[in-house]
Amino acid sequence: MISVEHVSKRFGGLRAVDDCSFEVRAGTITGLIGPNGAGKTTLFNIVTGFLKPDLGRVQLDGRDVTGLAPHRLFRLGLVRTFQIPHELSRMTARENLMLVPAGQAGESVLAAWFAPRRVAGQERAIAKRADDVLEFLKLSHVADELAGNLSGGQKKLLELGRTMMTDAKVILLDEPGAGVNRTLLASLAEDIKRLHRERGYTFCIIEHDMDFVAALCDPVIVMAEGRVLAQGKMAEIRRNEAVLEAYLGGGAGHDIEAALKARDNASA
Amino acid sequence: MELSGFPAYAVFFLTFVGIYGVLILGLNLQWGQTGQVNFGVAAFFMVGAYTMAIMTTAPTEDHLGGFGLPFVVGLIIAMVMSGALAFLIGLITLRLRADYLAIATIGIAEIVRQFLKNEDWLTNGVRGITAITKPFEGAGAGAEPLIYLCIVIAAVALVFFALERLRRAPFGRVLRALRENEDTARASGKSIVNFQLQSFVLGSAIMGLAGGLYAPFFSFISPEAFTNLFATFLPWVMLIAGGSGNNYGALLGAVVIWLVWSLTEWLINQVIPASMVTQAGALRLLLIGVLLQVILLFRPQGLIPERFRFKRPH
Repeated sequence: MISVEHVSKRFGGLRAVDDCSFEVRAGTITGLIGPNGAGKTTLFNIVTGFLKPDLGRVQLDGRDVTGLAPHRLFRLGLVRTFQIPHELSRMTARENLMLVPAGQAGESVLAAWFAPRRVAGQERAIAKRADDVLEFLKLSHVADELAGNLSGGQKKLLELGRTMMTDAKVILLDEPGAGVNRTLLASLAEDIKRLHRERGYTFCIIEHDMDFVAALCDPVIVMAEGRVLAQGKMAEIRRNEAVLEAYLGGGAGHDIEAALKARDNASA
Repeated sequence: MELSGFPAYAVFFLTFVGIYGVLILGLNLQWGQTGQVNFGVAAFFMVGAYTMAIMTTAPTEDHLGGFGLPFVVGLIIAMVMSGALAFLIGLITLRLRADYLAIATIGIAEIVRQFLKNEDWLTNGVRGITAITKPFEGAGAGAEPLIYLCIVIAAVALVFFALERLRRAPFGRVLRALRENEDTARASGKSIVNFQLQSFVLGSAIMGLAGGLYAPFFSFISPEAFTNLFATFLPWVMLIAGGSGNNYGALLGAVVIWLVWSLTEWLINQVIPASMVTQAGALRLLLIGVLLQVILLFRPQGLIPERFRFKRPH
């Protein structure tokens, strides 16, 4: 579905992404993990057209899409969310979603002026779709609330909701679990599974919560210092020495979580 | 029937406020709706006024034209010229971040002003263009200002309804999304440049319309009439005072600020000795500046704040 080939990106002297190659196969929920600063988000920004790579190329369904503008990639079915919620704060939750569908007649000045009936008809349909998404995410009660007033977790859900307002093929989620409490995280995982199952979306998810990744993602790709370090099933990744070293600077135990917990306990 | 005294002044006042109203509705589309900082309002206003003058005056040796075209045709060409200028400027500057756009538009406005001031063949330079006619000229000295007031009010109403319809349509939703967060608009599949440019061009064309209405109203224009004070600073104060993002607020701001501006003239003439009358202008400006500070401190959202909650369509 997405294939990243020898992509590099530098910011000044920093090699954020360094000759990185991997593939997100159609129908998978692919996890992308790695320590902070591994280049995961930069890679997302490159794949979704927000940044242009210095080297390498990105293919979507076998088509070279390197450097294509985000709105063009959106039309090809590639949709993303942001690590920090990017809600439109002075617009209602429903409006945040109603913005998304492509091909709205009322986005043309002339149609807005001279074809108000057609625009109103579409608006009703789009509002219905937005309300369905809000219901799916259990956000119906805040539909008319300004998005800036929503809680952190609700904003995260709204990010996910945006991807459901279009007929996406592949969705890139940047840390959907960050700042979300355990209960909400579980329901978020359920939502993702359901979208995967019912709508056939392909997912690529950046996430630091290892339980979340283990429960959801296969395969898992590990990045460190701008490169792909390892990929495979989570069970294999957990025992990969190179991965442990990347996370903890070497010499750690045999399991990421155990090692992380050991470190947390030590610092606590 | 010859209007005199207060009624005559009221007609003058309302016509002028109406012209400012059109100008500020254009600015509200750019700043209030889309978040574009255009500090070059004067340029688009001026281009509209000069285009109107050149298109509608009788043939003359003093400047290009005049082409003696009808009033409405002149207005349309004025809008097209200001819109075209905005298109060219927008292509270059709209990728800039808000603060840089502000700086760029100040500079460009000054270039436009210097150009129109110095190209004698085009504009008659500092001597200006005279004898710009209103429609229904000769309808009687009393009726003429009233008819022109009606024309201006019709223009305000037309622009107001056109912009309100856009604001409520998906087009307006995209503009507000751009204002709130460009990356979100991108991630929602919208072409940023496309919508930025449309908003900038349309808003500037409306400013050109205001200029087109201004020229015949005074029947004389010269570069002196388009200072940054009158054609950029005051419109911004009016919009901020009235309520950025709200078209009703934009119009109310025009009324209130022009009223205050006019009153300060009267007030200062009462207070200041005749020997200091040359300094009075600066004092008025100071008063407006203080007023702007007070508004920003105590009512930053303006007299009629923007309404953010759009009801579900049904």
